[in-house]
Amino acid sequence: MAGQEVSSRLVELLTAKDEQLASAWVEAVSRTLRGRMSLSELDRELRELYTALVDGLRKGAFDWQGEAYAELRALLAELSRSRARQGFTPTETATSVLACKDVLAPTTDTPAEDIHAYLHLGKLMDALALFTLEVYAKTREEIISAQSEQLMELSTPVVKLWEGVVAVPLVGTLDSARTQVVMEKLLQALVDADADQAIIDITGVPAVDTEVAQHLLKTVVAARLMGAECIISGIRPQIAQTIVALGIQFGDIVTKASLADALKHALRRGGADVTTAGGQA
Amino acid sequence: MNGPLPDLDADVQTLPIESNDDVVRARQLVRTLAQRCKLSLVDQTKLVTAASELARNTLVYGGGGVLRIGLVRRGGKVGVSAIFDDSGPGIPDVDQALTDGWTSGGGLGLGLSGARRLVDEFTLDTEVGGGTRVSVTKWGR
Amino acid sequence: MTERVPVLKIGDVLLVSIQVDLEDQIVLDLQEDLAARIVDSGARGVVIDITAVEIVDSFVGRMLATTAAISRMLDAETVVVGMRPAVAITLVELGLSLGGVRTALSLEKGLDMLARPGDDRPAQR
Repeated sequence: MAGQEVSSRLVELLTAKDEQLASAWVEAVSRTLRGRMSLSELDRELRELYTALVDGLRKGAFDWQGEAYAELRALLAELSRSRARQGFTPTETATSVLACKDVLAPTTDTPAEDIHAYLHLGKLMDALALFTLEVYAKTREEIISAQSEQLMELSTPVVKLWEGVVAVPLVGTLDSARTQVVMEKLLQALVDADADQAIIDITGVPAVDTEVAQHLLKTVVAARLMGAECIISGIRPQIAQTIVALGIQFGDIVTKASLADALKHALRRGGADVTTAGGQA
Repeated sequence: MNGPLPDLDADVQTLPIESNDDVVRARQLVRTLAQRCKLSLVDQTKLVTAASELARNTLVYGGGGVLRIGLVRRGGKVGVSAIFDDSGPGIPDVDQALTDGWTSGGGLGLGLSGARRLVDEFTLDTEVGGGTRVSVTKWGR
Repeated sequence: MTERVPVLKIGDVLLVSIQVDLEDQIVLDLQEDLAARIVDSGARGVVIDITAVEIVDSFVGRMLATTAAISRMLDAETVVVGMRPAVAITLVELGLSLGGVRTALSLEKGLDMLARPGDDRPAQR
């Protein structure tokens, strides 16, 4: 039996009892999703798929990558993306497509050529389910990379401490990529806040390696090129030991024990009068 | 003596480098492509600066040459590749030429070594009397 | 090339605001013009505003350092103002630290710096 005939037969089968078949599909899927999606939404979604599937079969036989299936592919991609965002599992997502096979499943009194048609439909639905999973996986990857970017943003706040003084408190392990982001954000903050004093506080940093130390040094030099001075505060004893052991020269960069000391130093250098706590300002 | 070329996309642009104006044009061309493949502002600046150094080298030491530039793809990443070719005298001692502060002309000696630090990939092919080819690539993050 | 970067005089300070994509010859002309103007005008300070400059390569970097050295010889201080963060990061990576050049975040801060004698804060010490 030629592909065209098989698909025509399928179209017949699918359209003859379309209302009944689509409802069966919706019901099968809704059972697997256990009420985490409203029935009406699912109903609309699957009926659109159903129509697009019949349409695809009618115009494009089984060539699911062809032009005739563009509509169906778009709908499937849309479905996988929204499932991935709403936290449904890959199985639940793929089942939405695969459940369509069951509603047409042959019984003992199905004629032989309809079983043949069913097998073709099965193959088609498998390919479409794989396509769905691929879009699902891609969407998850996008979500993960967007989240790690957001995390990077979150973890490097640049704050204005005083008129002309900005600070970046670094918390957690610094890798090369993160240090670079910090560097760029700090330098941009100097321009935005018109601040010529910057404090990099590394109290919350457990360890520093050569590369990270080099990035910190480069930040200080770049800030000087722009006309601003950097102070590094909160260097822990172990980190000081590492830096010396690594043979990294901090040269004439001002380092202070605490953020408070660094701020005091920055204000003095900025020309302000600073009194100690309890003194009369 | 031709090293492996970055696999440039179909639409490679070519720019002769024969005058100071061409150095400026090379910078503008590189910036346009860097923006098209969405390099960060800092990476754009680094690549354009490297291109400026290399274009000037091509002009001053190579006696002029050609820049070919295009987008490159590898494993889902997109980058910009620029290839500078000249048929000048070549570089007798490559290691020395890549050392900070060494110069055969009147510059600061930061052209080649500095450009290398500004890009992700850097290859130098040269032969005494046979010209010089420098290719650089910067990848989008 | 007839294009030249204009050198403005405000009080006893010369102001250069670079607004064009710097071609090598323009850079060399500017260096010459500045030296001549410092002598002619008896200026005490030079402010070079590079806010609009998108890249500084070793050629331009060298011009900035040389100009600072020349003007110091002619008894005028040079301040480079408005360097963009991306430009600063690139210069550091390139290996240029602009030794002896004083820098300020903005034109205002640069003029302030020249008005306060004795405040010596070059980019690199």
